[in-house]
Amino acid sequence: MRYAETGFNLEIDLTRGNIERVATDRRDTELYLGGLGTNAKILWDRVPPEVEAFSPDNLLIFAAGLLCGTPATGCNRTIVSTISPQTNLMAFSMMGGFWAPELKYAGWDKVILRGKSPDLVYIWIHNDKVEIRDASHLQGKGALETAEIIKQELNEPKAQVAAIGLAGENRVFFASIEQGRASASRGGIGAVMGDKGVKAIAVRGTNDIQVARPEEYLQLCMEVLDYIKWREEHPIPGVMPILARLGSPQEMAVHDEKWHTENFSWGNSRVRRKGFWTEEVAKQWEETLEGARKRLISCFNCHLKCGATLSLPGVPTYMMKCFTKLTYTMAAMSDLEFGLKIAQRATEYGVDGYSAPQVMAFAVELYENGILTDEDMPGFPSDNEERFYWLLDKIVRREGIGDVLADGTYWAARKIGRGAEEYDHNTIKKHEQLPLKLSMLNPIYFLMYSTGEKINITQIEGQFPQAPFPKREQREEFVKDWFQVPDEKFKQYFVDWELRGENSIPFYPTVEMTCDIVDWQEKMHYIDDALGMCAGLSSFPLKPPYHIHNYPKFISAGAGIDMDEEKLSQAAKRYRTLVRAINIRRGMRRKDEKPPENHWKKRFPELEKKLLDTYYQYKGWNQEGIPTKKTLDELGLDFVSRDFIERGILKEDEEAVAETAAAEQE
Amino acid sequence: MNAETKKRTIKTIVIDADKCDGCRACEVICSAYHADPKFGSNNPARARIRVIRDPLKDVYIPVYAGEHTVAECAGRDKYIIDGKEYDECAFCRASCPSREDFKEPDSGLPLKCDMCEGEEEPWCVKVCLAEALVVMEREEETAEEETEELEDLEVGLESLASKYGKDKILEALARMTKED
Ligand code: SF4
Ligand code: SF4
Ligand code: SF4
Repeated sequence: MRYAETGFNLEIDLTRGNIERVATDRRDTELYLGGLGTNAKILWDRVPPEVEAFSPDNLLIFAAGLLCGTPATGCNRTIVSTISPQTNLMAFSMMGGFWAPELKYAGWDKVILRGKSPDLVYIWIHNDKVEIRDASHLQGKGALETAEIIKQELNEPKAQVAAIGLAGENRVFFASIEQGRASASRGGIGAVMGDKGVKAIAVRGTNDIQVARPEEYLQLCMEVLDYIKWREEHPIPGVMPILARLGSPQEMAVHDEKWHTENFSWGNSRVRRKGFWTEEVAKQWEETLEGARKRLISCFNCHLKCGATLSLPGVPTYMMKCFTKLTYTMAAMSDLEFGLKIAQRATEYGVDGYSAPQVMAFAVELYENGILTDEDMPGFPSDNEERFYWLLDKIVRREGIGDVLADGTYWAARKIGRGAEEYDHNTIKKHEQLPLKLSMLNPIYFLMYSTGEKINITQIEGQFPQAPFPKREQREEFVKDWFQVPDEKFKQYFVDWELRGENSIPFYPTVEMTCDIVDWQEKMHYIDDALGMCAGLSSFPLKPPYHIHNYPKFISAGAGIDMDEEKLSQAAKRYRTLVRAINIRRGMRRKDEKPPENHWKKRFPELEKKLLDTYYQYKGWNQEGIPTKKTLDELGLDFVSRDFIERGILKEDEEAVAETAAAEQE
Repeated sequence: MNAETKKRTIKTIVIDADKCDGCRACEVICSAYHADPKFGSNNPARARIRVIRDPLKDVYIPVYAGEHTVAECAGRDKYIIDGKEYDECAFCRASCPSREDFKEPDSGLPLKCDMCEGEEEPWCVKVCLAEALVVMEREEETAEEETEELEDLEVGLESLASKYGKDKILEALARMTKED
């Protein structure tokens, strides 16, 4: 008997049109939990490093997390994993909404796509009935539009549909997969879906999901719900509004955007606009949002209402959440109304709301500096806002300059040449980052940016306050009911953290403390990604309802797998290391692990080296960032160490293949 | 007069559809509560509450399962409220042959909300932090004789049933109805 999970994966070979029901091994759940964990195992086993994103041998895996579909509040994430066309590394983006629980109710833990369909198709999963259906009539349709058409033609209003838009069909490197109010955006996984010829996956399920120990599980769920209630009534004092509450940043509810608009950079991550947030702007933007917002909406089995239905004059209704609210506005140096309007089109096209605006701002900057000319961009409008619509249309159709830009800033810069590389100044591992340019190096963020393999800062940060509170008393107050910490020492780390003086950044938290903090932050995200939990209730906010102390109980009572904190940490470390192993095998090394050059004005090369050295050691990786044989073997990943030795990535005596570590670091 | 009336408590669930965020937590918990063993599984398709949701149209209506009906209505209704058009029969609580709602997915047996009888608070209300579902109780006076009469009838029927078996009584009843 399997609890919480169904025990079956749906394997579809698109080339041959073959559909298989594959029973999974319960031992893999014990070792890798599920979601991201078991996805990583499958990618390691079945996608060798020679396989590129658009190879038929690449897999595209949609996984429901281990606890998705149980009554655990907020457990609704679909974890999509594949090889990214942009980074050529493992991509693992997630989406909230309603899709993953529906897949579970249909009787499946994962959908694994391989091969390529010769014609555009969509997949219809209705419990154990699975069909590959013609999608030629959906070609070029928007992502939300597609979902509506499919639900109508199947006469299944309750089906949940994950779909790509034009960007995915045309293999734009930052194409997303959209699903109602949610999207899996990072790493260009929508392009892989398009490459496989799959327009959408619709699913409807009416089966039961069991839990192992009902009374206990219910008790845990109700405790979490009670705590959420309490926590909503007790926002954290002294932090900005979006960090005070639970949930994904409450961008759809919050009007005060002083912090974002004045601290994040505008344009191609260039200008900080101190003093931008005037009363007038505040009033205008509030009107825009109030006018557009029809309702705040939630994901499956959660009440945090992080999303909203938006309806602007002359634009079809759509749904949004989080920081996409401002990315287009800020990239175009425009206002909120423009941002929300173009975001509607971008959502239908299915592009990543972080990368797409930046790529477009990058193009505008190149044009303004004479690197791109009218010859490269015939018909490029002179009006600023028009330019963004023009660029978006060209990109998703891969027309003219759009074809170049569709590969993202990193590749586009290299293709354009003529000094364009200089303007690609905000990518890590070839992937666009949030537009942040700051002053003093922050050791915690340095390590997160450098080593985070989801390559998105919001997907590794959290739990530990982003900055110290000004007064010691405030910090002491904060730690009083901070029971989520894995160890008491974290409280002291925070209490002693000062804004200025000896105990301030960059030298405090010390290197050792920084390693502890970053490891904890990352671990919680990895656990969420395996269980299918929303980061907004766990790894991201301060003092969340889910944490390292109650998660083992959820897994034990829910999935019937005996778990304690030690075992859970070990499991998370196991698949976290496996993700790294996949990327190491694909060539990632220490030289790739760095934040954008200009992310901070004040840099400290010696400290940074020490941070990375120490953290690698802390993680059981050698000085190239490669997990050592000892680490791998201890985690039961001896198949990885054997592979590494065969490939010459590790030597038998486990010493780093030093290659040219020193030389490459410059 | 006083002696002939009796108080009974009527529970009403007030549904504030404007507050619904469409999360379906109510469906999850209802189906879990009615699972065997209790909370041992869940399956929104078995819930006795259903949230009609159509996000792009901003439609969110929680509807409770009511009586089973053997035949669908001859005439149908369709509401338009505030410019939003709702599906045919949208607000109807019946478990009806015309649709799949409020039926066990496997057996097709009808489902009906029992207000979580025996629980201090209905489960769907408990988990709806959005407060779209709120319970209101009020006392209502009922004529005592009526209840007494019913009780008498039930006691009588029960004794007959134990003597002749339920089937026999049903047959007899059917005959009597025809003769009427
Ligand atoms: S916290 Fe927000 S994003 Fe997370 S599951 Fe709940 S509604 Fe969705
Ligand atoms: S739990 Fe409440 S908010 Fe959520 S769908 Fe049900 S009625 Fe709506
Ligand atoms: S009151 Fe109880 S039985 Fe009725 S819908 Fe709510 S949870 Fe289900």
